Amino acid sequence: MQFEGDIRIPSGCAISGMFSRSGKKMNGEAIIRSISTMHDRSNGLGGGFAAYGIYPHNKELYAFHVFYDSVRAKEECEKEIMANFDVTVAEKIPTRKMPEITDEPAIWRYFGLPFEKLLKDTQLDEREFVARCIVKINTQIKGAYVFSSGKNMGVFKAVGFPEDVGRYYRLDNYEGYCWTAHGRYPTNTPGWWGGAHPFAMLDYSIVHNGEISSYDANRRFIEMYGYKCTLLTDTEVITYIIDYLNRKQHLTLHEVADVIAAPFWDEIDRMPQAEKEKFTYLRNVFSSLLITGPFSILLGFSGGMMALNDRLKLRSMVAAEKDDMTYVASEECAIKTMEPNPDKIWAPKGGEPVIVTLNEGVDA
Amino acid sequence: MKINAENKHFQDLNNEVRFAEDTEITIENCMGQRYIGSGMSGKHLTINGIPGNDLGSYLNGGTIRVNGNAQDATGDTMNEGEIIIDGNSGDATGYAMRGGKIFVRRNAGYRAGIHMKAYQTHHPLLIIGGEAGSFLGEYQAGGTIIVLGLDSDKKAPVGSLCGTGMHGGRIYLRGEELPPDLPKQVQAAPATPEDMAKIDGWLDEFCGIFGVDKKEVLSKNFFVLSPNTKNPYKSLYTFN
Repeated sequence: MQFEGDIRIPSGCAISGMFSRSGKKMNGEAIIRSISTMHDRSNGLGGGFAAYGIYPHNKELYAFHVFYDSVRAKEECEKEIMANFDVTVAEKIPTRKMPEITDEPAIWRYFGLPFEKLLKDTQLDEREFVARCIVKINTQIKGAYVFSSGKNMGVFKAVGFPEDVGRYYRLDNYEGYCWTAHGRYPTNTPGWWGGAHPFAMLDYSIVHNGEISSYDANRRFIEMYGYKCTLLTDTEVITYIIDYLNRKQHLTLHEVADVIAAPFWDEIDRMPQAEKEKFTYLRNVFSSLLITGPFSILLGFSGGMMALNDRLKLRSMVAAEKDDMTYVASEECAIKTMEPNPDKIWAPKGGEPVIVTLNEGVDA
Repeated sequence: MKINAENKHFQDLNNEVRFAEDTEITIENCMGQRYIGSGMSGKHLTINGIPGNDLGSYLNGGTIRVNGNAQDATGDTMNEGEIIIDGNSGDATGYAMRGGKIFVRRNAGYRAGIHMKAYQTHHPLLIIGGEAGSFLGEYQAGGTIIVLGLDSDKKAPVGSLCGTGMHGGRIYLRGEELPPDLPKQVQAAPATPEDMAKIDGWLDEFCGIFGVDKKEVLSKNFFVLSPNTKNPYKSLYTFN
C-alpha cells in the first residue's frame, strides 16, 4: 500500500465547524451530526475532528496524540518524547471497537512540557522547540506519527466516514468550545490515518476542502524555513504557511488571509492609497505564499477559529450566527442540523475571512 | 402526498418522488438531500427544509418550490419547468441552464447563471431578487439573467467580474451604477424602453410569486449587459 508522500491526492471533502464565543463547552455529538449530513461528500477514506478546550485539567501542558504502527516505533518515539519533555500522563486514547473502523494503529497520548534546561540550552522559544521535536519524530521515526501537538486541544482522526470516526473516538466524552470536522474524499490513494484531516501543528489545526494548484510553489518557499512537507497534501502546506505567517512572522490572521487569498492586482489598483500600499507590500513580500486553486478551510487555534475561501470561491462555504455561536460548513444543511433557526446566515465572499475569537475575559 | 425526508438517504427520497403517482408532492424535514427532482417532469414539488445540491438538475418540466434557502447548483442543466426559491440560493445557481425559469427571492451565490445557454425556443430565465455573487453569468452563452438588488445597499447588486467570458444572452442589473470592473468583453448600457418591455412579463411573474410591489421594482434604473462582439472573450486566469 502506498501512503501519502508516495503519491499525491486530489480530494473532494466536506468541512464543518462550530464555535462558542462565550466559551460554552459542548460535547462532540452536534458536530458529528453536522458532518454526517454531508456523508456523500466523503468516501469513507478519512474523517476527523479537532476540539479546543477539551483538556482543562492539563491545559498548561502540550497534548501529543500519536499513531504507532509497531512496538518498535512506540519505543523509539517515547524515548524521543521522554528525552525532551517532562511527561506527566501517558495513556492510550480511549476508542470504541466497531466494524466500520479497521486497521487501527496503536493510538496514544502524552501530556508534558519541555524540560526547562533543554529550552535554555537550545535558546528556542517554547513553541518552536515543540514544533521541531514533532517534525523530527514525524520525519525520522518510521511508523510513529504525532498528529496533534497543541495545548488544551486535540485532533481525532482515522480512515473511515467522519460520523464513524467520531463515535470510534467517543467524542461524546469530550467537551470543547470549538469543534471542527472533516469528511474526506481522496480519489487516488487508499488514504492513511495520518493523512486524514485535521492536519495540526502546535495548536493550529486545518480542515480543508479543495485542491490547490500552487502546491509546489508554496512548498518550495516554505521548505526554505525549516518545514518538511512529507505528506504531499495541500493541507499540510497550508498549515505550515499559517504557522509561518502567524506564529513566526507575527502577521494577524486578517493579514494571513490577505496573503494566501490575495486580491487580484486590478482590484488593488482600484483601492485607496493606504490599502493599495499594504496589499502591494504583502503580495510582493509573500508572493510565493499566494494559494491558488479551489480551497475552503477552517483553521482552529487556541481561542479562535478562522474560515477562508480561495479568492475565486471555487468551493462552497456557508456561515451562520446564533447568540454566542458561530457556525461554518460546506453546506447549509450541516449548519441547520446544529442550529435550525440561526439569527444570520450568509455566504462569505472569496478571500474574505470569517474570524471568531473568545469574548474578552473568557478563559476556556 | 407528503414525504418525510428525515434521516432519508437522497436515493430513497428521490425514488419516492420519482415513483409517486401523485403529482402534488410536499417534502417535509428536508436536510441536504441532493438531486431532488432531477430529470423530473409533470410534477409539482414543495420543499420544507433545506434541499441539497443540484436541486432540479436536468429538470424537464413541472415546478419546484422551496420554502427557504437552497444550496449549490440549483437547476443544473435544467431544460424546462420552474424552480422557485423563497430565500437564498447557493453557488452556481442555474448552472448550464438551457431552458425553464428560476426565481430566487433573495441572494444567489457565486457564478449564478454560469454557462447558461439558449437554443431555438428554449430561452432560460434566472431572476435574483437580492444580490448575486461574483462571476454572475460567467461564460454565459444565452438566456436572460435579471438581478434586482431589492433590500441591497450596494450601488450595483453583484460581486466582481460580472459576465466574465460572456458571449451570448443578456444580463439586467437594477441599481444606481454599473459594477466598476466589468470585463472588456461585456458591453453595458442603460435599459431602453424596448429592453424593459422584453422583461416586463417576467417581472410581473416574479412580483406575483413573491408578493413584491412592482412599482418598487421599477423605482430604480436597469442596465443591460451583453457580449461585446468587437472585443471577444480571450482569457482571464493567466497573468493576474
